[in-house]
Amino acid sequence: MSKKLLLEKAHVEGIRYFDVYRREGGYRSVEKALKEMSPEAIVEEVKKSGLRGRGGAGFPAGMKWSFIAKPEGVPRHLVCNADESEPGTFKDRYLMEFIPHLLIEGLIVSSFALGSNDTYIYIRGEYAWIVNILEQAINEAKNNGFLGKNILGTGFDCNIHVQRGAGAYICGEETALIESLEGKRGNPRIKPPFPAVKGVWDRPTVVNNVETLAAVVPIINMGGDEYAKIGVGRSTGTKLISACGNINKPGVYEIDMTISVEEFIYSDEYCGGIANGKKLKACIPGGSSVPILPANLLLKTAKGETRYMNYESLADGGFATGSMMGSGGFIVLDEDQCVVRHTLSLARFYRHESCGQCSPCREGTGWMEKILKNIEYGKGKMSDIDLLWDIQRKIEGNTICPLGDAAAWPVAAAIRHFRDEFEWHVLNPEESQKRNYGLAHYADPIHVPVG
Amino acid sequence: MSEQQLFKVTIDNITIEVPAGTTILNAARKIGGDVAPPAMCYYSKLEGSGGKCRTCLVEVSKGSEKDPRPMPKLVASCRTTVMDGMEVKNITSEKVIDARAGVVEFLLLNHPLDCPICDQAGECHLQDLSYEHGKEGTRYEFQRRTFKKHDLGPYIQLHMTRCILCYRCVFTADQLTKKREHGVLDRGDHAEIATFIEKSLDNDFIGNVIDVCPVGALTDKTFRFKNRVWFLKPVDAHRDCPTCSGKVTLWNRGDEVFRVTARKDEWGEVENTEDGKPGWICNTCRFEKKKTSDWVIEGPRMINRHSVISQGHYAGKIGMHKPTETFEAVNDGRKPQLLMDIHSVSEVNKPEVQLSLIDGPAHSQVFNQNKD
Repeated sequence: MSKKLLLEKAHVEGIRYFDVYRREGGYRSVEKALKEMSPEAIVEEVKKSGLRGRGGAGFPAGMKWSFIAKPEGVPRHLVCNADESEPGTFKDRYLMEFIPHLLIEGLIVSSFALGSNDTYIYIRGEYAWIVNILEQAINEAKNNGFLGKNILGTGFDCNIHVQRGAGAYICGEETALIESLEGKRGNPRIKPPFPAVKGVWDRPTVVNNVETLAAVVPIINMGGDEYAKIGVGRSTGTKLISACGNINKPGVYEIDMTISVEEFIYSDEYCGGIANGKKLKACIPGGSSVPILPANLLLKTAKGETRYMNYESLADGGFATGSMMGSGGFIVLDEDQCVVRHTLSLARFYRHESCGQCSPCREGTGWMEKILKNIEYGKGKMSDIDLLWDIQRKIEGNTICPLGDAAAWPVAAAIRHFRDEFEWHVLNPEESQKRNYGLAHYADPIHVPVG
Repeated sequence: MSEQQLFKVTIDNITIEVPAGTTILNAARKIGGDVAPPAMCYYSKLEGSGGKCRTCLVEVSKGSEKDPRPMPKLVASCRTTVMDGMEVKNITSEKVIDARAGVVEFLLLNHPLDCPICDQAGECHLQDLSYEHGKEGTRYEFQRRTFKKHDLGPYIQLHMTRCILCYRCVFTADQLTKKREHGVLDRGDHAEIATFIEKSLDNDFIGNVIDVCPVGALTDKTFRFKNRVWFLKPVDAHRDCPTCSGKVTLWNRGDEVFRVTARKDEWGEVENTEDGKPGWICNTCRFEKKKTSDWVIEGPRMINRHSVISQGHYAGKIGMHKPTETFEAVNDGRKPQLLMDIHSVSEVNKPEVQLSLIDGPAHSQVFNQNKD
C-alpha cells in the first residue's frame, strides 16, 4: 500500500462535514501557517517540496507563486481552477466531492501565502452538485473562524467565492478562465502579460489546479523537505490518477509516482487488469490531450527500460516514443478498440470546444474532424493521412493557447504510432465498417538498438 | 528620463532603433516593404486588437542582448514587444513562410472566394494575403460553412460567410461607441459576429466598422454593387462636420461620388488627423454626403502604386507597363468586346449598347442615356 496524502481520510464517515474533518486532524496546516509561518516561508516550503502543477503542464507550483507581482496597494487573487473538463480526467471532482474541506484548507493556506483576500473557485457548470458541497464547506469553515475576517485572530482576512462556469472546456485555460470569471466571453488572452502580473481585473493572480492546492496541506503539515522525499526525482509527492476505459477497476487512485505503468494497470490494488481478459492495445496516460501510446511503448520506453508513472518517465523519448503525465486521466484501450474512431471522437471534441479566436485552431480542428470522419466511415484516401499530418503540424505551436496543441497532439500521435491502422481503414473501406483492426503488432516487444 | 529609451532590433538582417514598448510588427513597419509581416486582425488604432489571425507570426532567433535564447515558438509580432538586441526572422525564416502559408490556407478554408461579386475586391486584405503568401489550390474537399446575410441597420450589410473573425469591428464598436451592442456569438468554426438578437447598429460612428473590416464581411449598403474600387478615383476632401473631423477620401467616377471612406494609410488603417487621433468619420459624412458640392476637394489621394486601385492612374511599375501586344493581335484581328455576349441576354444591360464602342469601361450613365 503506497503512501496516501490526499485521499487518506476521504472515506471516513462524515468527512465532508467540518466536525469530523477537524477531529481527523483537519485545518492543522491553517493554524501552523497563519500563526507560525510568514507568507514567504510558505512559498519557500512549497518550492522545497518540488510540487508540480497537477492541472496538466506540470509547472513547479512554488516557482509560479514566486512570480506573482506585488505592487503597492493592488489586491492580489488566488483562483482555484476546478474547471476540470479534460476527457478522461475526474480526479478533482472526486476530491471536491468526498473531502471538500481539504481543498478549502489548502486554499486558506495558499491565500495567506499569496496575500489573496478574495479567493475564487471557478468550477465547471456541470459539477452543479459539488457547488453546494463546496459552499457548505466554506460556510462551515467561516462559522468556525477559519474564513472571513481576522482568521484565528491573526488579522488575515480571506473569503472564498465559488463561481460556476457554463460548461466550456476552453475556460480551463487559465487566461480564458480569468476572462470568464470577469464575466466576459471565455477567450484566452494573449500572453504576455501573464496572470502573475495582470490577471483577474488586471490584478496579479495565481491560478492553480484543485489537486495542487490540496497538496499544499500535507506540504505544510509535514514540511517541504519531507514531502519531496516521496516520489522520485523531480516528480515529488503523490498524484491522483483517474483511470478509466477497458479496465476492471476504473476510479481515482492516489499513487506515489514510483510504481511502473505495468503495475498500475495490472495490479489488483489499482486498475486490476484489462476487463474481460482482453489484451492491452493502447493507452492515453494523461488525459485526452496527451499523445496516445501503443502497448509496447507504454510499458517500456524506446530504450527498453520499464516505464514508470511519473512526469519524467512518461515523457521519456519526447513525443516520438513518449507521452506526458498531463492531468492524470488514464484512458486504457483494449484490443477491441479502434484507434481511428477514438481519434475521431477526440477531434470532434476539440472542434466543438475551440473558442474560434485564432484561425489555425478554429478552422483546423473542424477540418481534421471531417477528414477523420471520412477515414472512419470508409471514404478516406491515402493522401488524407498525410494531409492530417500536415494540418496538425500547422496548428501545433501556432495558436494563442494550448488548445491548438491539445487538438493536434492526439491526431499526431495516432498517426505516428497507428499509421497502419489508418491505412487499413483506407484500403479496406468495407471491412473496416464490420470489424476492428484488432491488436495487430501493437503489443509486440520493440526492437531496442544496441547502445 | 527625458530621452526615451531606444532598443536596437534586427529584423531580417536590417537593424533599426525603436522606442521601448514598440511591437515587432510596428518596428518592421518602420522598415517597411516585404519585411513588414501581414496583419489581418491587428489594427494599431484599436486597443486590444491583434494576436488572433496568426498571419504575422515571426521567428525570434535571439531574445535580447541580456537573454539571447531564441523563443521556442513562433510569436505573433503584433503583440510581442521588442527587446534590446532582439533578432527577428520574418521572410528569411522557412518556418515562418511555412506557418504563414498554413494560416492563409486556414483562413481561406471557409471563405467563399466570391471575389467576383464582392465589393471589397481590389482592396481586400485577404485577397492580397492569399496572392502573396497562399497556394493556388485548396486541399479542402468539404462543404464550406455559410451564414445567412444580416442587415445591421440601414447602412451596413453583414455577410458572415466572408468573415475571418478578426474581431476588429467588435473592438471598434466597443471603443468608438458608448454602448456595447455587437460581439461574437457561438464558438469555434461556427462563431459569428452578431448584434444583440438581430438588433441594428445605430450610432453616429458605427460606419467605421466597414473601414476596419479586412474582408468583405461588412459592406456599405450605399455603395454595394455600384462600382468597382479600381474604376474609381480616390480624392482627399473635407467638410466642416460638427460630429467628426470631416477629413475623408471620396471615391469618384467623373463628378459622381460613389462612396466616402476615412483616409487610410499604406497599412490599410485609418490615418491620424493633425491632433494625433485616428480620423474616424461619422455616418453623416460617410453615407449621406454623396454630392461633390458637399465637399472641398483637396487633391488626389496617394494610393500605393502596386494596388489594383492605381491601375492606369499613376505612373510606375504597373501603370507604365502597357502590354506590348495589342488585344487585336492576340484576338486574330477582332476588335475587343466582351467574349461572352452577356449583354445580349441580360435584362439589366441594353443589348443595343455596344460595349466595345463606348469610351472606357461601361458606366451606368451609358445605359441610362439610352433609356429615353
